[in-house]
Amino acid sequence: MIGILASVIDGVLVGAVYGLAAMGLTLIWGVMNVINLSHGAIIVLGMFVVYFLTSATGASAYLGVPLVLALGFAAGVVIYWISVNRVIGQPILMSLLATFSLNMVIIGLGTAAWTTSPYNVPVSLPGISVRGYTFTGTHIMAALIAVVIAAALYLFLRYTRPGKAIRAVASNRDAAELNGIPTRQVLSMAFGLGVALACVSGALIATLFPFTVLSGGSYQLKSFVVTVLGGLGNPAGALMGGIALGVVEGLATPFTPVSWTPIIEFGLFVITLIAFPRGIFAFSRA
Amino acid sequence: MNESVSQAVAKAAAARPRHAFGEELLRQARRPFPWLVVAFTLVCGLVPYLADDVGLRESLLLAAVYVTLASNLNLMIGFAGYVNFGNIVFFGLGGYIGVYLATAWHVNLVLASLAAGILVGFLAYLFGLGILRLRGAFFALATIGVNEAIRAFVTNFEPWGGATGIYLSMDAYEPLGGPMNGLWICYFLLVAVMGLSLLLGYAIKTSKFGLGLLAIGQNEDAAAVLGVPTPRYKAIIYSVSGFFPAVAGSLYFFKSGIIEPTSAFDLTASIESIVMLMLGGAQTVTGPVIGAFLYEELRGYLLVSQTFSHFQLVLAGALLLIIVLFVPGGFMGWLHGRLPRLRRWLE
Amino acid sequence: MKRILCLFAIGALAGAAPAFAQETLTIGFTASQTGKLNNDSTAQLRGFELWRDDVNAAGGIKAGGKSYKIKFVSYDDESQGTRVQQLYTRLITQDKAQFLFSPYSSGLVATAAIISEQYGKVMLCIGGAEEKTYKLGNKYLFQLYTGAGQYLAGALDLLKQKNPKAKIAFVYEDDPFSKAVAQATRELAKQDGFTVALEESYSSGTTDFGPIINKVVSSGADALLGGGHYADGSTLARQLHDQKAGLKWVTLLVAPDSPNFATLGDAAVGVSVPSQWEPQVTYKPDFGPTPAEFTKHFTERFKIAPGYHAAGGYAGGLVLQHAIEKAGSIDPQKVAEELNKMNVTTLFGQTKFATDPKEHGLQIAHKMVVAQWQRKDGKLVKEVVWPNEAKTADALY
Repeated sequence: MIGILASVIDGVLVGAVYGLAAMGLTLIWGVMNVINLSHGAIIVLGMFVVYFLTSATGASAYLGVPLVLALGFAAGVVIYWISVNRVIGQPILMSLLATFSLNMVIIGLGTAAWTTSPYNVPVSLPGISVRGYTFTGTHIMAALIAVVIAAALYLFLRYTRPGKAIRAVASNRDAAELNGIPTRQVLSMAFGLGVALACVSGALIATLFPFTVLSGGSYQLKSFVVTVLGGLGNPAGALMGGIALGVVEGLATPFTPVSWTPIIEFGLFVITLIAFPRGIFAFSRA
Repeated sequence: MNESVSQAVAKAAAARPRHAFGEELLRQARRPFPWLVVAFTLVCGLVPYLADDVGLRESLLLAAVYVTLASNLNLMIGFAGYVNFGNIVFFGLGGYIGVYLATAWHVNLVLASLAAGILVGFLAYLFGLGILRLRGAFFALATIGVNEAIRAFVTNFEPWGGATGIYLSMDAYEPLGGPMNGLWICYFLLVAVMGLSLLLGYAIKTSKFGLGLLAIGQNEDAAAVLGVPTPRYKAIIYSVSGFFPAVAGSLYFFKSGIIEPTSAFDLTASIESIVMLMLGGAQTVTGPVIGAFLYEELRGYLLVSQTFSHFQLVLAGALLLIIVLFVPGGFMGWLHGRLPRLRRWLE
Repeated sequence: MKRILCLFAIGALAGAAPAFAQETLTIGFTASQTGKLNNDSTAQLRGFELWRDDVNAAGGIKAGGKSYKIKFVSYDDESQGTRVQQLYTRLITQDKAQFLFSPYSSGLVATAAIISEQYGKVMLCIGGAEEKTYKLGNKYLFQLYTGAGQYLAGALDLLKQKNPKAKIAFVYEDDPFSKAVAQATRELAKQDGFTVALEESYSSGTTDFGPIINKVVSSGADALLGGGHYADGSTLARQLHDQKAGLKWVTLLVAPDSPNFATLGDAAVGVSVPSQWEPQVTYKPDFGPTPAEFTKHFTERFKIAPGYHAAGGYAGGLVLQHAIEKAGSIDPQKVAEELNKMNVTTLFGQTKFATDPKEHGLQIAHKMVVAQWQRKDGKLVKEVVWPNEAKTADALY
């Protein structure tokens, strides 16, 4: 029994971090109807920023979080103007390919610079042990930070001027434009935010698991699943989607071989898409 | 643009009497393009054989596989406007079914490949009924989900060797006259599949069915209002677009001698075939051919080049970005823009 | 970046060498310069290169009154099977490679073997321990490594000595090699009277082992055997440590063999690895350098201690060289015959290939050792703990 509980708690902790990653994806999607296929590569960039930061300065990885957010935002704005701006409003295929090509460039450069060897960010925090099951401090910390950032994003979108502008552009771009909102600037800001979230989730994941240049792919797929569970374009739903996925996996693993998890995960994904295309947590739309 | 296609559909539906099949075939045979395809296929098949150039064969073989994937994908993306991101699932599943039949049940390779194609086409029809209710990005994501779910399933499916996959022994090539001959036969068959895929693309493009698909691609609701049976058309094209990739998968993995889940359901290959389609130009029949050849040559060159082998992904990515941003019609779109008269010759 | 420059430099040297050579012998192979197998494959590549440079410095391979300088042609296979056949065909037909080395990892070996067999080219297989490939009737494929079936036999023997009633958890990567090892070992373990407490496989890209470790804890296992390749193995070791899984014995495949494993710090202590070879072994080679000489030489050149992939690469070259010299010819048929007859000891240990057509080319003489990471004077070192006659330290249990 306690084994199942431990498994679920672990799932929730990691799920919150996946939720944060998905938040970046879903924000961009919701605001500009672009599926960012460079999402995984950007997560990896966040990982490497933290890695170099900690190995160069010896500082704690958690101190790097604000810096990663800032760098991610800046990178996101640049990426928007280079590769996304021209394909806004075009068929979905165009934006998919534009962001995918970016993914290839980032991974290609990353492989040349850092090879595909695994990297580690050494962090250790005291964990909590209960009857042989240990919840590591890094998991708890990462989940806490994820929740705090998610809450901050919610408040930002809800109560600040730029946040309101983003929501306005998301719900009706033409009307927003007519009301004097500089939509392209707002879109670039939203893209920057999405990338910043992806980066910071990468930074947190780097404190939990080793990573390589190629790690992004699997986190990107996870983000898709979480996004669909939480409802497209719904940042608050993404966090809940992440936690829900964690609970499902936590419940499933004690009873089924772990290698079956992806079947459950993607089965759930396809079924949710068909049955609840607006997501299971659609009611919590911000 | 919407109007023009929709009107054409309406006109075609109303005005054109149904041609008898033979008559239709005769009409098509008088046009130059199908003959161009046949000639091209023959050249591809014969040149490496006559020159006895195995290196060329290997390169053309991959290109033929790519052409098959890209041109069948074109049926979904180019015509029906549905972005099938997980199209590689047809290829992988076809490969598994074909290789399994050929090794475990000792079925003749051609029959096994046909069976793979038919089975995958049937499965695609069933899946299509579910996921084709989704549109745009949702559909694209669902196809990724289907690919990943099936990959995860096959990884755990012991009769197909699970994660280890199926290994072919040299004996498997004996019915084809030994491995040396066997690989040539696989090559000829793959080239034939490529040619048939192109003819299929052409036939669909010039048919009423194809016109209906184009209408769906431009405005699905309008198409439905005008009497295009959209759900049926979509399910059919999704299923049809799975047939040849599955046959090709069966031949390809038989030729490779091993099939394992990671290489069979590789999402990157799926995206690569989209890239080829865009490179050559969607909505045309020639486009996928040009795109696939360009891409294969480029990747092949970058991979063996000392200078670029570490930057091949970067270069390929930058190239793709430039195409998407500045030449969205791909090579054929650019060419047709430059030489409009060519449209009559190169579909 | 440095690696790229290094490759360039080697390329330039190789380009310049033929001007002095009487005859050139081309050996072709693909290496995983990019993709997930990059780490393991690179070590092997360095072994090849060191062998080539040693041979060329000594005047080349002498056979039938001629001497051949070695030239390598290699391409990047991206750790994927897609282009392996195309590249091997290219190596044989365009680059005129007379002999081949295999790619790294079992799946790629099987793919490449279809081509090498077809052209009747001898392929030395270094880094494909999965045995299925050798049971397909291949004639020109020769395996240097101990096959998957015997991989963990030593670790089991050791465990039996420490705790004959141990409950074992098998946790392994879902890839051809690891799966073959784990399944063969599970049967051996049952015969030896151990309890199999858990059996779990995980997909190749796995980074989060939390769910599996929770199951290990629930199963009450004393020992864990399994792992896969470098990336996942090092991750698993680290998380086992972080989550204090309460295991007394951990043996992982491949990963702990790499010198990089020491970067895990405390998480590395006590983790053991079945190894094809360790720098401390004391084999008396029939020809070529001794293990100690090789280790010194390798460390000087690459500034890193050799693991078994590196030694295997070097030994692969030696074995091929020996066969060519014995045959007095570079005719593949004759060299294959010599390889069939071969029973020698190199720095890598004993080498003998099965000649039974049912498993032709399978390695039947080479023995594995078990090495364990231990702390010695504050520093992490890898000690040989099994077999007893070769051990450099007692096993921590």
